[in-house]
Amino acid sequence: MGKYLSKKVLVYLITFFVAVTVNWAVPRFMPGDPISLLLARFSGMEGGREIIQSQFVQTFGFDQPLLVQYFNFWKSLFVGDLGISISFFPAPVMDIVKNNIIYDFIILVPAIILSWIVGNKLGAYSGGNKKIDNRVMPFFYFLTSAPEFWFSMVLVFVFGVKFGWFPVNGAYSSTMHPGFNFAFIFDVLKHWFLPFLSIFLIQVGGWAIGMRNMIIYEKVSNYSRYMKSLGASDKLIRSYGFRNGVLPQVTGLAISLSTFVAAAVFVERVFAYPGLGNIMVKAVLNQDFFLMQGCFLAIITMVLVANFIVDIIYMLIDPRVRLSYSEEV
Amino acid sequence: MLLENFWKNHENLYYVVKNKKVMIGISIVVFMFLLAVIGPMLTSYDYDEFVSNGFQAPSADHWFGTTFMGKDVFTRVTLGLRTSLLVGLIAGVISTFVGCIIGFLAGYYGGVIDEILMAMTNIFIVIPSLALLIIISAYLPGDRGILIMSLIISVTAWPWTARAVRSQTLAIRSQDYVNLSRISSISVLQIIKEDIAANMLSYVFMVFILQFKGAILAAVGLEFLGLGPTQGISLGLVLQNALNWNAIQLGIWWWAILPGLILTIFVTALYFINTGLDEVFNPRLREM
Repeated sequence: MGKYLSKKVLVYLITFFVAVTVNWAVPRFMPGDPISLLLARFSGMEGGREIIQSQFVQTFGFDQPLLVQYFNFWKSLFVGDLGISISFFPAPVMDIVKNNIIYDFIILVPAIILSWIVGNKLGAYSGGNKKIDNRVMPFFYFLTSAPEFWFSMVLVFVFGVKFGWFPVNGAYSSTMHPGFNFAFIFDVLKHWFLPFLSIFLIQVGGWAIGMRNMIIYEKVSNYSRYMKSLGASDKLIRSYGFRNGVLPQVTGLAISLSTFVAAAVFVERVFAYPGLGNIMVKAVLNQDFFLMQGCFLAIITMVLVANFIVDIIYMLIDPRVRLSYSEEV
Repeated sequence: MLLENFWKNHENLYYVVKNKKVMIGISIVVFMFLLAVIGPMLTSYDYDEFVSNGFQAPSADHWFGTTFMGKDVFTRVTLGLRTSLLVGLIAGVISTFVGCIIGFLAGYYGGVIDEILMAMTNIFIVIPSLALLIIISAYLPGDRGILIMSLIISVTAWPWTARAVRSQTLAIRSQDYVNLSRISSISVLQIIKEDIAANMLSYVFMVFILQFKGAILAAVGLEFLGLGPTQGISLGLVLQNALNWNAIQLGIWWWAILPGLILTIFVTALYFINTGLDEVFNPRLREM
């Protein structure tokens, strides 16, 4: 068990290492010169040039050899220094990331968990019944094919504009004061619902299709046929198929995290929702490179941690993994 | 009689033609390609030209209505579709090709080469592709053309193919006929080409469809975020403009919803082709 996890952790550490290295290398080795671009942009601002330049000495340290620059990059990373944002001058990147990461959590965590559960249930149901299958599958195909940014716009149009049920901008009304009271929480929930729904619905389609195919494969496997010949009910056979089909779906959860990140970026753009995805895109468009790198690192870290959690879940529900690794030691 | 013989020799093709999903999918894809090629010629407007009053709902003059500023949406969408399809197609081809090469090498050689290539692949799979795409396109200097866009997208798209192709290769490489080729001292390139690739052609084709689908979504997504081709018009750019002008809040649904609907239909069609082909090549699924 420990061996299984330590192997996984090693892979994630290497991935993190690569991601940080990419983050460090891209601005240095890409053709073109983002730094001079920045300097030119901020030379007009009072004291801007000095601040930017001192930032460079600290974070980039261009006068030093590459290897030293690289170590310094890691060093500042470990003390939580990601530089200073230019578009939110003079807020440190770390603070911006810390303040906004919560919005990603409240949208993504429920969307991931609920879409997985609901999608798998629907898929299992659809795979076990041909009539329902033929009717609902095209709908799932459509959902999973719909691009997130377009689907969000449709939701905005239908529920925000036509019916006017939900607000479509930001995380809470500008007239509200953030605080722990009922009115504010209700307001946040109202703003939260459509972005959540957008990610949830699209992902339900994907999970349902995956589970449906699993069930169909399991249905023609030998143990299902044997059960059938013994006279077991369809429902019982399906529930056994479900247990087998769920395992690849858990692996799929780790794989789809990248899709969820993309979905969050688009949804946050459409709903002007504060969250790392939206902030990262804004940072790119404003050429705020420190903020962009900070968001990138935060996203990578979140994804790696989530991957690790999925690994633990997989280990807990699959007895084979659990046993094979504990018996070996 | 002749026809019967033909179908007997091309059994897979027979199931392709008989498969409703594949045929519907192919018709839609062909239609969209025609729309992208012919569409812009059907109107006399230029995509960036102010042709009439803004805010016009779809009509005989302007099939998809006009934008807030009075540009013709149909011209913009079809021209944009051209760019986006091209980027998707090129990126799809490149990433399928790269993925196949890496998958073949890792699967065929095994051992250290396999370990290294797969470690690389796994790292690329874990890193969220859109975040990486944003970083790369943000630092890229100068103009982004169609080719550059395709290359950027391919950088993040290949790992899937590599992993899938590798596992297929692993299954094939221990077959007797591959061993026979090997002891006949046929070159590795030839073995991969004739023994391995030839036996997975259908699989690679399906992978390509998926890659095409992923690439066009990635392309339109990047365009939507404002990181698309710097010149000209693209499907994502139309959507981005619509969002920036608050088209939905103003009720100009034809500007915001129609371009995305076209993309969605296209992607659904590709999905249909893929699942249909899956049924063609996997008799188990065909039974359903």
